[in-house]
Amino acid sequence: MKSAPASARFGLIVVAGYGALAVLAPILAPYGETQIVGLEFADWSAQHWLGTDDLGRDVLSRLLYGARNTIGIAVLTTAIAALIGGVAGLVAGSLRGWVDQVLGRLVDVLMAVPSLILTLLMLAIFGTSVVSMILIIALIESTRIFRLARALAMGIGLFDYVTTARLRGEGLAWIVFREILPNASAPLIAEFGLRFSFVFLFIATLSFLGLGIQPPTADWGSMVRDNATLIAYGQMAPLLPAAAIALLTVAVNFIVDWLVHQSSGLAD
Amino acid sequence: MILSRLGLGVMTLVAVSAVVFFSMALLPGDVAQQMLGRAGTPEAVATLRHDLGLDRPIGQRYVSWLSGILHGDFGRSLASGRPIAQIAKGRLLNTLFLASFAAIISIPLSVGLGILAALYRRRAADTAINLITLLAISLPEFLIAYLLIYLFTVKAGWAPSLAIVGADTPLPERLHKTILPVMTLTFAVAAHMTRLTRAAIVNVLSSSYIEMAHLKGLSPWRIIVRHAVPNALGPIVNVVVLNLAYLIVGVVVVEVVFTYPGLGQLMVDSVSKRDLPLVQASCLIFAATYITLNLLADLLSIVFDPRILSRPGS
Repeated sequence: MKSAPASARFGLIVVAGYGALAVLAPILAPYGETQIVGLEFADWSAQHWLGTDDLGRDVLSRLLYGARNTIGIAVLTTAIAALIGGVAGLVAGSLRGWVDQVLGRLVDVLMAVPSLILTLLMLAIFGTSVVSMILIIALIESTRIFRLARALAMGIGLFDYVTTARLRGEGLAWIVFREILPNASAPLIAEFGLRFSFVFLFIATLSFLGLGIQPPTADWGSMVRDNATLIAYGQMAPLLPAAAIALLTVAVNFIVDWLVHQSSGLAD
Repeated sequence: MILSRLGLGVMTLVAVSAVVFFSMALLPGDVAQQMLGRAGTPEAVATLRHDLGLDRPIGQRYVSWLSGILHGDFGRSLASGRPIAQIAKGRLLNTLFLASFAAIISIPLSVGLGILAALYRRRAADTAINLITLLAISLPEFLIAYLLIYLFTVKAGWAPSLAIVGADTPLPERLHKTILPVMTLTFAVAAHMTRLTRAAIVNVLSSSYIEMAHLKGLSPWRIIVRHAVPNALGPIVNVVVLNLAYLIVGVVVVEVVFTYPGLGQLMVDSVSKRDLPLVQASCLIFAATYITLNLLADLLSIVFDPRILSRPGS
């Protein structure tokens, strides 16, 4: 921590701040998430620090609840992706054989299509709901984690202690979770951060397109979409949620950058 | 090697077409019933089932769908009833226009900046380029788009914020209307390209023949241009083509923000309307373009670095 560069420290502080805001949103927010409190598009004032939105809801309150919803959903999605991709990748990498072949080819095909395009197709088929969005993105993102976890498992599987465990007659679960996982955790955590910032931006983009988190739930992507008309009148307020998205992504990228440099020991 | 790479590309395309087609069958229950929802009378459901070809076996449907596409027949849109090929053709041309315009600006810009960053490695210019590109990667595209609208439309009044063009829009007007979407795309794509170009050149700079050139007393500029760039050309061309592939996808958000009548906007609209045949067709067109560009990237790396062919195990 002491050796961390300024950018990584800045990142850690920002991420901690966002986490606190997301957890404390119901206490900090002056109004309710979907409560209509005044006229539409009211200016900044003492009652409404950041004004009101297109339906007369308090922007500051929605921004705070938005932190909760947007970040919470992104964390959940990334966690599911890491679980599916991580377990499948470690198992494929340590078992090899036909399991590895089948999963590998499946991942190849899924990765051959750009994720946004594949997500749009799946959303058209399963309908736009938060649950289907989380599952679809988690599945698509798990392919990236699968690739890394598989490569790590194959590399670590060559070490003597893994061979020893195999010869000792340990089962697959023991080898994957007790021998390989502890030694693969550092790069996997860095990958988790990277995937989180991608998933977070991705969900914000989908919500902005009107295909992600659905109203009246407060969320940063759809907040930009709903209030974008104000920009034509020279107001910057609708860009606040977008700026909040950008700041968090920058912060996470700074941390990931530092983690990657640490674990690879490279200067460039 | 080249042939096997081409074969792999074709196989990937076929596999992707199968995923695009058969994922519709994953939907639990009856697709026609689901799409019509509560409004679906038994007669309407039966008609839609027939229109979608759901009353035939799925394998047969896939084959006729695929052979239709190979003959340029993508079926009919559910929402408008018009042939998809007719709707999508103009949209695709618009998207390609936008992407090529962005490519013409972003490729020289980012290769130049990448070389500059490599030349002034770990100095102020490099740090600045590194910071700006990292920032650009982290910004959502719609934020960049709205910031540009704010600066250039609202404040300066130079460029229109709506890029609505038709087939008969003359070129100068078309260029003027698409200037903001192109700037947005350039900003997003150039950041990646600049970083990767820098990495490719820095990678070459660590080899011993570059050290030799230093020891000979050559100027840093000459070392980069005459010695490093020719050897980094393979990776750079690779990066450029891969980013073109990214560009084809990146247009989706930009087209929606500027209501530009391209294929991306069409696809987003069709997803909200659940116009499945149209979504499947646009998905396939995007995927095919993406896969083709990826294939091109691989083939070009071989052209610029024939050593790949003789490298064992590749």
